[in-house]
Amino acid sequence: MKALCWEGVNKLAVEDVPEPELRNDQDVIAKVTAGTTCGSDLHLIGGYIPAMRAGDVIGHEFIGEVVETGPAVRRHRVGDRVVVSSFVGCGRCWYCANDLWSLCDNSNTNPGITQAMWGYEPGTVFGYSHAATGLRGSHAEYVRVPFADYGAFTIPEGVDDDSALFVSDSAPTGWMGADLGGVRPGDVVAVWGCGAVGQMAARAAMLLGAERVISIDRFPERLAMTREHIGSETIDYTETDVGAELRERTGGRGPDVCIEAVGMEAHSPGPEYAYDQVKQQLRLQTDRPTAVREAIYACRKAGSVFVLGVFGGVVDKFPLGAVMNKGLTLRGAQMHGQRYIPMLLERVAKGELSTRHLATHEVSLDDAPHAYDMFKNKKDDCVRAVIRPDGART
Amino acid sequence: MKRALGTAAALVGAGVAIRRLKSRASGSGTEPNRWLVVTVNCPPERLREIPAPLVGLADHVEIRTAPAPGGKGTELAARLRETDATGTLKRLTGDDPRQRVRRALREAKSLVETGEVMKPDAPPTVRDTPGGKLVGLATRRAGGEGRL
Ligand SMILES: NC(=O)c1ccc[n+]([C@@H]2O[C@H](COP(=O)([O-])OP(=O)(O)OC[C@H]3O[C@@H](n4cnc5c(N)ncnc54)[C@H](O)[C@@H]3O)[C@@H](O)[C@H]2O)c1
Ligand SMILES: [Zn+2]
Ligand SMILES: [Zn+2]
Repeated sequence: MKALCWEGVNKLAVEDVPEPELRNDQDVIAKVTAGTTCGSDLHLIGGYIPAMRAGDVIGHEFIGEVVETGPAVRRHRVGDRVVVSSFVGCGRCWYCANDLWSLCDNSNTNPGITQAMWGYEPGTVFGYSHAATGLRGSHAEYVRVPFADYGAFTIPEGVDDDSALFVSDSAPTGWMGADLGGVRPGDVVAVWGCGAVGQMAARAAMLLGAERVISIDRFPERLAMTREHIGSETIDYTETDVGAELRERTGGRGPDVCIEAVGMEAHSPGPEYAYDQVKQQLRLQTDRPTAVREAIYACRKAGSVFVLGVFGGVVDKFPLGAVMNKGLTLRGAQMHGQRYIPMLLERVAKGELSTRHLATHEVSLDDAPHAYDMFKNKKDDCVRAVIRPDGART
Repeated sequence: MKRALGTAAALVGAGVAIRRLKSRASGSGTEPNRWLVVTVNCPPERLREIPAPLVGLADHVEIRTAPAPGGKGTELAARLRETDATGTLKRLTGDDPRQRVRRALREAKSLVETGEVMKPDAPPTVRDTPGGKLVGLATRRAGGEGRL
């Protein structure tokens, strides 16, 4: 079958790979109907995530149709239209039982690698390196879904494919940032990044009762989309001093909750950008934490900062003094999809959450390398490209 | 390619290097023969019988269980009776018996909790490159490695 493979740093190609097989009794095989580019893939493509092998299939945000079920699968049958959580959780370890699904104890078959890097290993995610099992990704005609009773969710009748697709990864990620960031009614929330993840975080903050939500980015089309479809106020960080602007807009207090949805390849207009890039290239730091630093400085005293952007290792000039002296709560996580997906599907069905506007482009699998080039370089106002193994509809 | 490769190579030895530093810092020169432990999300009764993955190792390890505090399940611990065959070099070549113990503990936990041990996709890759081989080496060890 055809699949989009990582071939090396900044090299993707469509290749012929073996079709997936049921490997465990609780697996299903899904025929992928649609997948989408995610900011996390850019970190893999750029070579910032270790343990990739040439020929690895990437992609983790997808919907599909169940075509084969393992003998122990109870909640799905052939023909189900499903949205699948990007993170795989067994549903029965202590972490899954406590709704901390991305930390599943039983889904990472190579725990030694991330234990060496981070002390303990998180769970696994589709198409995201051999440090996370090397599970094949979803930019393919078919994909194997382990622990499918827990990770695959039947899409309700009233929810179309294009809306359901983003409930696989970006919507639950954004929701988690607002939820675990502790957004409460009346809060002022600032969100760094107007990609799909940042937009979903901003919308979640509103639905959780935030009185004002301020989104920060530099691309005019993304800022405009966020104003129009999400309803946040926006700040173009290349045009103003973000900290001063936030102070002015928040009565001098600073935002109650700051959500970072940018990640390890953050851009910055200031001199620290060159400094961070050089240090990252020399591997003196593995990540560029520009937006995290800014969020920590901007946050009000005793406020909360949630890191949704993906980071891999160590960073430089981390404002630990601000965290400690301002009494901040700093948290981060990979997304606990299974905790939020059913609720999010309901909200999409009720029209409270719109996701389909994120799909600015649609391509066939053959054109997926081109789609990633557009997405990575933010060409043609691309926010998310939808990849359809069956071929683009236009 | 270089970047990813460098990190992959580092991964193979990272855990070992950290442990070596730690044991040197403690001044003992040799590592203590520690219990390797996983916590299984189940009541102690479920572990009255030795779970299948540990049965084959029963002659080589002592096994004990204890309830985990705070309702976090049951701690399942194993310790080698003989440590002669262990060591840094053996760890790097994948021949350290502790690696078998770690793997067996993880499999026992998964089997008790979920009824299966998740397998990676096969084959792990469609094409072998030198960089990929290095990652393959790290991942073949990774099930038996780590801080457990
Ligand atoms: N925690 C999780 O489980 C999870 C899940 C999905 C994605 N992510 C991560 O979330 C991040 C965003 O993903 P995405 O798909 O929205 O990516 P994206 O590339 O579409 O969006 C990132 C946005 O951040 C903006 N940005 C860059 N530097 C900035 C700065 N200094 N200040 C403000 N904005 C800045 C960019 O202009 C861009 O619009 C990535 O790091 C991704 O890996 C995490
Ligand atoms: Zn993602
Ligand atoms: Zn689990």
